[in-house]
Amino acid sequence: MKVKQNDQEYNRYVEAITPKHSCFKNCLHAFLVGGCICLLGQVIFNVCTTQFHYEEADAMSVCSILLVFLSVLLTGLNLYKPLAKYGGAGALVPITGFANSVAAPTIEYKKEGEVFGKGVKVFTIAGPVILFGVVVSFVAGFIYWIFKLL
Amino acid sequence: MNQNEQEKTNQAVGKQTIRFACPPAILSRASIVGDMEGQGPLASYFDQIEPDPAFGMDSWEEGESEMVRRAVQTAITKSGIAKENIRYIFGGDLLGQLIGSTFGLKDFQIPIFGLYGACSTCGEALSLAAMTVNAGYASHVIAVTSSHFGGAEKQFRFPLEYGNQRPLSSTWTVTGSGAFLVSATSPDQPMKEYPRITSVTTGKIVDYGVRDNMNMGACMAPAAADVIYQCLEDLAVKPSHFDKIITGDLGKVGSEILIKLLRDNDYDIEKQHMDCGVCIFDNEEQDTHSGGSGCGCAAVTLAGYILHQLESNEWKRVLFVPTGALLSTVSFNEGQTIPGVAHAVVIEHIE
Repeated sequence: MKVKQNDQEYNRYVEAITPKHSCFKNCLHAFLVGGCICLLGQVIFNVCTTQFHYEEADAMSVCSILLVFLSVLLTGLNLYKPLAKYGGAGALVPITGFANSVAAPTIEYKKEGEVFGKGVKVFTIAGPVILFGVVVSFVAGFIYWIFKLL
Repeated sequence: MNQNEQEKTNQAVGKQTIRFACPPAILSRASIVGDMEGQGPLASYFDQIEPDPAFGMDSWEEGESEMVRRAVQTAITKSGIAKENIRYIFGGDLLGQLIGSTFGLKDFQIPIFGLYGACSTCGEALSLAAMTVNAGYASHVIAVTSSHFGGAEKQFRFPLEYGNQRPLSSTWTVTGSGAFLVSATSPDQPMKEYPRITSVTTGKIVDYGVRDNMNMGACMAPAAADVIYQCLEDLAVKPSHFDKIITGDLGKVGSEILIKLLRDNDYDIEKQHMDCGVCIFDNEEQDTHSGGSGCGCAAVTLAGYILHQLESNEWKRVLFVPTGALLSTVSFNEGQTIPGVAHAVVIEHIE
């Protein structure tokens, strides 16, 4: 071609004409969906402590287990995806998002076998969360320990 | 040089174009698509709409192969040409090492050239098919390409059930396979009733430094602009020479860029331009964001809709320009840019 934009000019132009999701709408949806998931967790917790007289720690475990189960079930029925599409971070940040990110690759790679399919691929998305979660907990624990020594 | 030789050498025109002495005919065409495409605006033009995303097989990849097999089989059956008379297949897809084409085509036992041009493969396959039969190396050859939404998402993005938000500039990979039986013609047997490939312009790799794999239209638009510009220059024609100038899968964003880039170069194609990615889905209804994409997108739109329009004389002459984004997950993760490539094929109904 005769007339060519340089890369920088072109990238700026592309940036300008590419449509974007509305940030306000995304935040609102995330607030609603994330809020509902947390509300559900609170309801489970309250029912466990008041109706079944669970210890607080046990009630928290039951709450996590039920939320993870629900998320995996919805993932299997391919219903978590539309929820995440609508809710964005509201659906991804709670424990349900983590469960979805573990269940989804397991379903996808089933065909590649137990070990090299499900086994290897199960944490392809959640892996970094676990790794950096462990690293950050270690650092936090270390700082806590130093402060306790002082 | 005698006259015959001169005529042959003169087939190379301008910088990148071949104008065929005996324009090859597209004898038959087949389009096999998935459910989503079957709910789109072009549904009535496709040969087969398969509701099962795995096409009766166990995985997306096996499903894609089955789709390729059906497309080639349908094209052969519709043409009435015996399989033994088909000398070569030119085929390719998006999956790593072309496994979609491999397992779909192995049982035909026809000599094969496996091609990779990302989503521009349909143009590459048709160009090579036309060059082969025009040169007299074969009477009949097949060009075929395919893509599968599940397979492409798995390879390039995330598992299907994983919840995430797609940017508005992202495209939706078409589940579909298009096959074409391309045949030699001669002045005695011009096969006027079929659409003919009169010239091809082969594209260069064009890199404008875009790194966003969720905005493929912006990656590929410069390549499309480059090859369309060169085609118009080489053939010394204006955009109005064509009823339609049809890009593969630039989507809404890429189409806007293409028109602007060509306008900067004194060619206005807005009136003639259409994009297969934009017309294969109803974006409002089907929520596909910027449009359809993938090798299958251009291939099934050509096999289903565009050739139908040419055969029924709605259009006389089109410039078909499938567009490809050249990346792998490795190149992308290592921070490389995403260059584009596009190939232009002139298809017309010669009276």
